[in-house]
Amino acid sequence: MADKRMTPEEVVAQLSDGMTVGIGGWGSRRKPMALVRAILRSDLKDLTIVSYGGPDVGLLARAGKAKKLVYAFVSLDSIPLEPNFRHVRENGLVEAVEYDEGMFLSGLRAAAYRLPFLPTRAGLGSDILKVSPHLKTVASPYADGEELVAMPALNLDVALVHANVADEKGNAALTGPDQFMDDLFCLAAEKAYVSAERVVSSEDLLKEAGCFHTLVLHRYMTAGVVETPNGAHFTECPPEYGRDEAFQKAYVTAAGDPEAWTAFEDRFLKVADEAAYQAEVAKFREESAK
Amino acid sequence: MSTATDTSTEVTRADICVVAVAECFRGDGEIIGSPMGTVPTIGARLARATFEPDLVLSNGESLFFEGTHRLGARPDEFAAVGWIPYRQVLDVLASGRRHVMMGPVQIDAHGNANISAIGDWAKPKRQVLGSRGGPGNTINHTTSYWIPKHSARVLTAAVDMVSCIGYDRAAQVGKAARFHEVRRVVTNLGVLDFESVNGAPATMRIASVHPGATVDEIVANTGFELIVPADVPETRLPSDEELRLIREVLDPRGMRLREVPA
Repeated sequence: MADKRMTPEEVVAQLSDGMTVGIGGWGSRRKPMALVRAILRSDLKDLTIVSYGGPDVGLLARAGKAKKLVYAFVSLDSIPLEPNFRHVRENGLVEAVEYDEGMFLSGLRAAAYRLPFLPTRAGLGSDILKVSPHLKTVASPYADGEELVAMPALNLDVALVHANVADEKGNAALTGPDQFMDDLFCLAAEKAYVSAERVVSSEDLLKEAGCFHTLVLHRYMTAGVVETPNGAHFTECPPEYGRDEAFQKAYVTAAGDPEAWTAFEDRFLKVADEAAYQAEVAKFREESAK
Repeated sequence: MSTATDTSTEVTRADICVVAVAECFRGDGEIIGSPMGTVPTIGARLARATFEPDLVLSNGESLFFEGTHRLGARPDEFAAVGWIPYRQVLDVLASGRRHVMMGPVQIDAHGNANISAIGDWAKPKRQVLGSRGGPGNTINHTTSYWIPKHSARVLTAAVDMVSCIGYDRAAQVGKAARFHEVRRVVTNLGVLDFESVNGAPATMRIASVHPGATVDEIVANTGFELIVPADVPETRLPSDEELRLIREVLDPRGMRLREVPA
């Protein structure tokens, strides 16, 4: 059986310009940030990013990696508005497709089921249908004749998700209070890559996961596994750690000022690798503690 | 220090707003109450602690809890009785067993609300959250709104993006919108509901004015024409027991006063 362990750079090497990339997590929660940072360090461009958005969306868009954003919201949760998302939207720097959260879920399900669309009531009457003229409605073929939104499949080239613990074969556990849509992102994608706080032997996976209900990412869904301790930083990854609120605040402050943003990028994003990022975060924490 | 007995002089506007929010959930029975924001959360918990005991409430994250708990209580402080991750929220809301209270950036006379972006959506003057679950919420189940600062910028003649559908849009949709209900809009000045005149799609009406505020104040701070009944009642005051619950149990730190300053 294949050992699917990879580095963040090896995951990025599997991606190419113009791909549609789905990103798991939700807002500023359990985002595969180590993989996002690896994309930021790469030459990739013209990506379509599909996400229940948080700083993953903000960062990729601000860095010019994303040509198009597909979202229902983009938020940092404890700080409601994502500053880099605001920047690219208010300056017209990116193409946007906005769906309702439930429409988005129907789109992931349709892709996972290999269906062209799924009907949903969500979106009817709203301006979502106006700003996205590609959306069509469909009439029920049964006696009720109800007219519903035909939510198109959100087919993904690649999905990136972050787990609490995984094995080297690509099985992984989501042990926190919400697993979001990560398994559907994996099923909706041609290839899915999972980063994890730690990679353990298959023999130890259930023990490490704590409960078999958490074992929701299975190896037939995943093409690669990356061990990235603190890899969801600065988003939360319970139970391992909460959101780094001080860092998130610093991120927001920097994003609001061009000079400060350049300094933030130089210090945290334009670094050699994930280890260099984590070293700078450790220094940031020491400075903040003073 | 305030006590539960000196209420006649000490009731704040925030307390009145909490009770007005609680009243929105009256009669809902055994469904999910989904309040967004501080005053809505205290209000929904107050409703359950008093006249709407069957209401099902989450901690705002992924757990349903029983009992009466303060804002911000940690999972180990309450009896968790249900797991409600986001995916299940989206499934359950389509079943209709939910009443959400959202905070709009803009809302018009028909109750169309914007939580997405201000200005032209294609290149907004101010990007906010995105439409979130607004479209699905409003077409699937009862919705109410909470507006902490009643102004003509928020209560406006036309919203820039209809994230959450109002009565005119629901009428256009027809049969598929049969579960649509915008019940009430609670603001720091009063309570608004919706009335249909001669079968036309319903528009906003002043249901009550908070003690200390006036009908004129509401009208002057609303960017569209409201239905103003000949006699507008005052929003009811909290009972002694409600005040005790708000101050001692649900919000001892006075977070509600940050949304509605005294």
